Amino acid sequence: MAIIIIGGGVVGLSVAYGLLKQGKDVVVLDGADDDFRASRGNFGLVWVQGKGENAPHYAVWSRRSSELWTDFADDLLKETGVDVSFSKIGGVDYFIDEVELAERIKSLNSLRDALNDDYPFEVLDHDELKKRVPEIGSKVVGGVYSPMDGHVNPLSLLRALSIAVRNAGGTIMTGVRVVDTQAKDRDFSAVLADGTRIVGEGLVLAAGLGAVGLGKKLGFQVPIRPQQGQVLITEKLPFFLHYPSGTLRQVNEGGVQIGASKAEIGLDDVEDIATSAGLAQHAIDVFPHLGKAKLVRSWAALRIMSPDGLPIYQRSPKVLGAAFMTCHSGITLAAAHARLMPDWILERNTAPDVSQFSEGRFRV
Amino acid sequence: MFESFDKSDPGRTLSFTYAGKSISAKPGMSVAAALLTHGVTAFRGTPVSGAARGPFCMMGACYDCLVLIDGVTVQACLTPVHEGLVVERVPITSEDA
Amino acid sequence: MHPDFDIIIIGAGPAGMSAAIEAAKHGASVCILDEQASGGGQIYRNVSNSKQDQVDILGKDYLAGRQYVDGLRHDRILHRAGVTVWKVDKAGTVVFSDAGRAEQIRGRHIILASGAMERAVPLPGWTLPGVLTAGAAQILMKSGSIVTRDAVLVGSGPLLYLVATQLLAAGAAPKALVETQTRRDLIAALPHLAKALRDWKQLFKGVRMIAALKWAGVPRFKAASDIAIEGEENAEAVRFRAGGKDHCIDTNIVLLHQGVVPNTQISRSLGLEHHYDHTQRCFHPVIDEFGQASHPMFSIAGDGAGIGGAKVAALSGRICALNALARIKKISGGERDKRVRRLETSKRTELSIRPFLDTLYPPPQSVLLPQDETIICRCEEVTAGDIRRYAKLGCKGPNQTKSFGRSGMGPCQGRFCGLTVTEILAAETGETQDAVGSYRIRAPLKPVTLAELAALAETNEKEAAE
Ligand SMILES: Cc1cc2nc3c(=O)[nH]c(=O)nc-3n(C[C@H](O)[C@H](O)[C@H](O)COP(=O)(O)OP(=O)(O)OC[C@H]3O[C@@H](n4cnc5c(N)ncnc54)[C@H](O)[C@@H]3O)c2cc1C
Ligand SMILES: Cc1cc2nc3c(=O)[nH]c(=O)nc-3n(C[C@H](O)[C@H](O)[C@H](O)COP(=O)(O)OP(=O)(O)OC[C@H]3O[C@@H](n4cnc5c(N)ncnc54)[C@H](O)[C@@H]3O)c2cc1C
Ligand code: FES
Repeated sequence: MAIIIIGGGVVGLSVAYGLLKQGKDVVVLDGADDDFRASRGNFGLVWVQGKGENAPHYAVWSRRSSELWTDFADDLLKETGVDVSFSKIGGVDYFIDEVELAERIKSLNSLRDALNDDYPFEVLDHDELKKRVPEIGSKVVGGVYSPMDGHVNPLSLLRALSIAVRNAGGTIMTGVRVVDTQAKDRDFSAVLADGTRIVGEGLVLAAGLGAVGLGKKLGFQVPIRPQQGQVLITEKLPFFLHYPSGTLRQVNEGGVQIGASKAEIGLDDVEDIATSAGLAQHAIDVFPHLGKAKLVRSWAALRIMSPDGLPIYQRSPKVLGAAFMTCHSGITLAAAHARLMPDWILERNTAPDVSQFSEGRFRV
Repeated sequence: MFESFDKSDPGRTLSFTYAGKSISAKPGMSVAAALLTHGVTAFRGTPVSGAARGPFCMMGACYDCLVLIDGVTVQACLTPVHEGLVVERVPITSEDA
Repeated sequence: MHPDFDIIIIGAGPAGMSAAIEAAKHGASVCILDEQASGGGQIYRNVSNSKQDQVDILGKDYLAGRQYVDGLRHDRILHRAGVTVWKVDKAGTVVFSDAGRAEQIRGRHIILASGAMERAVPLPGWTLPGVLTAGAAQILMKSGSIVTRDAVLVGSGPLLYLVATQLLAAGAAPKALVETQTRRDLIAALPHLAKALRDWKQLFKGVRMIAALKWAGVPRFKAASDIAIEGEENAEAVRFRAGGKDHCIDTNIVLLHQGVVPNTQISRSLGLEHHYDHTQRCFHPVIDEFGQASHPMFSIAGDGAGIGGAKVAALSGRICALNALARIKKISGGERDKRVRRLETSKRTELSIRPFLDTLYPPPQSVLLPQDETIICRCEEVTAGDIRRYAKLGCKGPNQTKSFGRSGMGPCQGRFCGLTVTEILAAETGETQDAVGSYRIRAPLKPVTLAELAALAETNEKEAAE
């Protein structure tokens, strides 16, 4: 029997791919064409610097995944023929505000201390930065370079994972909506909207924002909320931007992506002018020549946020064999999810210790 | 072949440049129309494969007529010509740029 | 932001112009926006500046557009020409570019009258330079006084004949017409003929056009299939099968046409309801008899709501204006109903020819469902085969194939591949076109520079500071 994975976004597919590699059978159940899908609207960073300011374990976890990424991308290429355009030449965050730069430096320093100096980054002033990235504008006061960062084409990743899962014998059912789950002694069934039952020997809830309704019955708290992020993308430009940053990167096809805003406005994924104008201004502040670039598209997508912004990995306290996974850095963590989390799902003692990411931390 | 049937004011022409070449046109024409009458049908290479492309819809919908004016890519079919206008091909690689 | 205008109209074709005139007549303040340098829309493009030799070629129907353009000169109508609308929101805000500068205005009611565009004709070789739409050739005549000499016209539909006869009148007879409609289409259309005869004048015009082409000796190939355009850097020849034989015609200009379909970019971007029309083989926004769309802020007039032609567009523009006027309480509901009833009768008469034409000139299967190697997304160079492969990978809708293979992500924003992707997915999944759905359209509806967009941040900030 297969393990049922509810949700065919990057989290569900990464885990499905990993489980297949462990010799397990999987069936992934995924929703409609117009569902909220963070995996389709994200920024594509495999990012470490600045993550886990007050949670060094999250910094370590992100970095661990980033280190697995090169190999993970190679495997996907070999198995699917899809190049996900992973590049790990390091990332640069640009600052146009001295105070913000100082805050970032302070936060990175404290992380470095907490991690016994094993946390590489370089602070660059305007002139040093200009040597590496000649296109920056005069408003840029400095930046932080870290070799830990990289980026990927997240849409190619989604396609590669979808092919890899099928190639490895997994089943992906698309256009289906799980409306209920039932469990008895590790016998699971997922009930679809049309009444079909999918049975399995385990269950992973990786349904993004869709987990809220399904999770409670399985004994999870599911303390997640949507957080809107808007992104802009320009026309394809001749290649100029080597380093990705948290807010600007040139994708492998040539467009420059600018993002992402943060707004707490519920289940609303409509883009608005004020936000996109602000993003455009930021891009021009950093790279003035982009003022003449054409914006081809803007979009808004919903992040899946936990109260502290960190991932949630939780085995059900009520239903044996059910697990819940969610995070707001599913691209960065895709390699860890594929390579390390299957052991955790299979309750093996080789599993990584992710107890700090359990729901227990939210109990008051 | 694209030919003008405008017999009015044969004297009223203006000139602009496309990729360094001088092109004559009648006032009121679009850049795309002017280039077509000069036998230029391929305006650019696509950024995807480099394939040659030129105007297709002439009404601003297809974006195959893109050219570079003042560093901005614009639709040649929606851009009127004027005296001295400098029109370039859209760069697709960093060598072009 | 308080409303700047009672009614904002997007598109100054027959629909938008007559809506503006009707609304102003009843005391509403109107702003009408259009990308073209002057009013007219597709049919009456550039009519106010046309010269005698253009009018001679384009015919009396073309000249009829002048009355509308003249009607826009009214105290209460502000016509913004040469501006591109790139975002509309549900609060009634319309954002547009004027010569590289963005502006925002707000209306109490918005009439969408953005018209139609020609259906994509994905054939092998259709992306080659020298391959244009038949409408493009007509635009060259209307606004550039330019004819395409020795062109081969490929496809079907009234506009194909219209453009061919206009070229003929300009002394540039087409080299040939390669037509796709079949005998079977004719037989299917016959039951609609009696109704179409109500508009016998229109039918007669069609018969006359075809006679003129015959008289001039323009070769017509009917029921053509396996059409491909050949060439390296430019079109060089059209190859096809007709009458049981293979043909190849040398030409540097190929003009494609398979009818027109509503331009639904704005209505889609607003998330308004649409449904698939099986006769016209395209999506229509859902509207009621007053042109009211599924959100109270918007009415939709003209070909953008479903293909009916210029006269229907003008009538539906007036109907939408009356609806808007009633919505903003410039006239009573009763008055709207009374006036609309009269217009509705004329509109029905004008529409009587449509079922006949739509059935006689359907887009052939080979255009709706192109062969695997054919490019369907011109911008991102995605083929029909790519879409079929993504369907096999589980993509059930266009937004999934888009994220898998980039179709619809280029600057045209899916205008030319949207319907094809929906058709292919419907065929692959066995679902209806409505169930498959369409691309999610977002701002900017047409690309704008980042500088222009950023400039709006300043105006927004200023407003907030006030
Ligand atoms: C603007 C933005 C920028 C981001 N940038 C980055 C970044 O640079 N780097 C990074 O690492 N992360 C980034 N993220 C976060 C990242 O995108 C997410 O962490 C990740 O995509 C989450 O994947 P998921 O599979 O959990 O969720 P989703 O992609 O939302 O997938 C959930 C899936 O579950 C399915 N589903 C839901 N309910 C049901 C049901 N009842 N039955 C069947 N199926 C169901 C849906 O159809 C959907 O496909 C960003 C997110 C946003 C919004
Ligand atoms: C290329 C072409 C040629 C045609 N030629 C003929 C013909 O010769 N005879 C005939 O009977 N029918 C012709 N038609 C059919 C035509 O659709 C109708 O006859 C009629 O013009 C429809 O009127 P309308 O007002 O609904 O739309 P249109 O006349 O199409 O007017 C819509 C207007 O909206 C504007 N617009 C659209 N989007 C935006 C935006 N985002 N911002 C600003 N402005 C915008 C366009 O510039 C256009 O002027 C043609 C159609 C096309 C596509
Ligand atoms: S020719 Fe289609 S946009 Fe200019």
